[in-house]
Amino acid sequence: MPHSFPALSAEQKKELSDIALRIVAPGKGILAADESVGSMAKRLSQIGVENTEENRRLYRQVLFSADDRVKKCIGGVIFFHETLYQKDDNGVPFVRTIQDKGIVVGIKVDKGVVPLAGTDGETTTQGLDGLSERCAQYKKDGADFAKWRCVLKISERTPSALAILENANVLARYASICQQNGIVPIVEPEILPDGDHDLKRCQYVTEKVLAAVYKALSDHHVYLEGTLLKPNMVTPGHACPIKYSPEEIAMATVTALRRTVPPAVPGVTFLSGGQSEEEASLNLNAINRCPLPRPWALTFSYGRALQASALNAWRGQQDNAGAATEEFIKRAEVNGLAAQGKYEGSGEDGGAAARSLYIANHAY
Amino acid sequence: MAYQFPALTSEQKKELSEIAQRIVAHGKGILAADESVGTMGNRLQRIKVENTEENRRQFREILFTVDTSINQSIGGVILFHETLYQKDSQGKLFRNILKEKGIVVGIKLDQGAAPLAGTNKETTIQGLDGLSQRCAQYKRDGADFGKWRAVLRIDNQCPSSLAIQENANALARYASICQQNGLVPIVEPEVIPDGDHDLEHCQYVTEKVLAAVYKALNDHHVYLEGTLLKPNMVTAGHACTKKYTPEQVAMATVTALHRTVPAAVPGICFLSGGMSEEDATLNLNAINLCPLPKPWKLSFSYGRALQASALAAWGGKAANKKATQEAFMKRAVANCQAAQGQYVHTGSSGTASTQSLFTASYTY
Repeated sequence: MPHSFPALSAEQKKELSDIALRIVAPGKGILAADESVGSMAKRLSQIGVENTEENRRLYRQVLFSADDRVKKCIGGVIFFHETLYQKDDNGVPFVRTIQDKGIVVGIKVDKGVVPLAGTDGETTTQGLDGLSERCAQYKKDGADFAKWRCVLKISERTPSALAILENANVLARYASICQQNGIVPIVEPEILPDGDHDLKRCQYVTEKVLAAVYKALSDHHVYLEGTLLKPNMVTPGHACPIKYSPEEIAMATVTALRRTVPPAVPGVTFLSGGQSEEEASLNLNAINRCPLPRPWALTFSYGRALQASALNAWRGQQDNAGAATEEFIKRAEVNGLAAQGKYEGSGEDGGAAARSLYIANHAY
Repeated sequence: MAYQFPALTSEQKKELSEIAQRIVAHGKGILAADESVGTMGNRLQRIKVENTEENRRQFREILFTVDTSINQSIGGVILFHETLYQKDSQGKLFRNILKEKGIVVGIKLDQGAAPLAGTNKETTIQGLDGLSQRCAQYKRDGADFGKWRAVLRIDNQCPSSLAIQENANALARYASICQQNGLVPIVEPEVIPDGDHDLEHCQYVTEKVLAAVYKALNDHHVYLEGTLLKPNMVTAGHACTKKYTPEQVAMATVTALHRTVPAAVPGICFLSGGMSEEDATLNLNAINLCPLPKPWKLSFSYGRALQASALAAWGGKAANKKATQEAFMKRAVANCQAAQGQYVHTGSSGTASTQSLFTASYTY
């Protein structure tokens, strides 16, 4: 380890760091609209809509036709491959619509989970083959950041040392390749909420996983200032009988991050992982009010927790498109406030907003 | 990695974290007065004083009996084993004198270097045998923190991955054992300044070393909030022909730290490593003025850079006590100001204060 062979030039570093900072500028977070075809099938079947390419296009159009109100609360949108090349009813590419709002375009680049033999149902994530060429193409096509999701779960014997090591390593390879192509990697080591473990156990596991991730990123010479982290919040398992307040979740989450995420990382964009829309906002808000010092931006990268009400309002009917878009804007604005610790709570319990969005063993 | 077996109770954690914060509160730093017998020999030889136990006692007495206001600049003093049990001329134990001034007493715990076979003259550090019992005894005898110095060097093929791994692991074992016995471990992975490498190279190496140290601390379940870090500043090698300003040293140093040191660590107390008294102060000041985010206290743990002028003023003569204490107090106050970014360089400095204190291949 005697010599450094710089992975990036100063200009490359600056470009990456500028992109990352734009995405997590104060009050802004990410819309994760990168559901794969299979995941969209689940979403659409819940509202009785057929899973066709046209319906998926129409649905994303509902989200992307949001007006300028989203400019102050959405810093980035993650696209699925298909969506990156789709257009709205007027023939305007979705990528252009998003970019014209000053929002950074991102692309999901992993290719799903595969099993790790010899483990208790654990997985790693594939997608490294030809990744550099794919990133270069996506960059030309308008993407400035990417996302790759790894999955770990808590049980009697998991996550195992192998699962932690392998997933951390694959995240680091992905991150390194992204940066070589001018793309900011969002690093997502999700620990699923499945199980009956308590808050402390999730905190412990999250700390171990994140320590491994940052060691791997260091080993792979990844430029931390040009990355973002997308972790789970620290929460109890879904089947845990103990209930915790947003403040307890916030304290456990921020403590875990303070012990593992170097201050050089510009932003932490939490996944919502099946929390209801309101829960996801309340927890994010509590996190931003946590009294512990927090050197990174703490914001959102929500899929379900930004879209549930919108999806429900739309139900596949074009007449409902406007109302559905409004639902999305509403959640986006709420989360923009939560990312600054300024959300006062909804008061009334919106139907879709409070319903838990938990789907057991969410693989995608 | 399935279960957590808590290493510390909440009371133990609270005690450790309070001790650590007390040491670095309000710009305070550490006097490293833990020179071994051999090293004190080097110091005393420079001022032509015989290296006897009595002479060592006399010099330490002068430092520790300085006016109580020293406690505004010095939060902790590291002692060598012999000194922990020495008394002043009235028969009062040094450790009680320090405690009465509100200064936390620390103890050097490592037992020197041992070679790593198969490397280019690299070393690890010994001292783990019976360490728990020694810590328990030191705690009873008034110590509240420990210190352990690992040494890495930059050279052909150095530091090797073995040296980094082994030293990080030993530091983590030491830290874990300290905490079990109520002592806050100061973790010191010194990358020595010997060599002709430039600033960038030192930064690269320092980042790799610190990443390994924090991974090891995490693996060993060390409670970061109850530790302190004592790293080298990032500087060019002593034989490097290129000169750098304090601002450059500061930027390289804080960049390296913010890529590797979690925010949970309450304080970073730099070693002076052969820098002159004035350079050590100027660099610390620049570090505290560096515009990057700095979620930990950035302070000092200086040996030579706090004592050089005092030693020169003393010259082994009791009559010089007042001058010695003034010289020491002056450096302590200067460094406390620097730890808050408030040091104003007065312009004129005594010869001892600008003289480089570099001793080639400094092992102690």
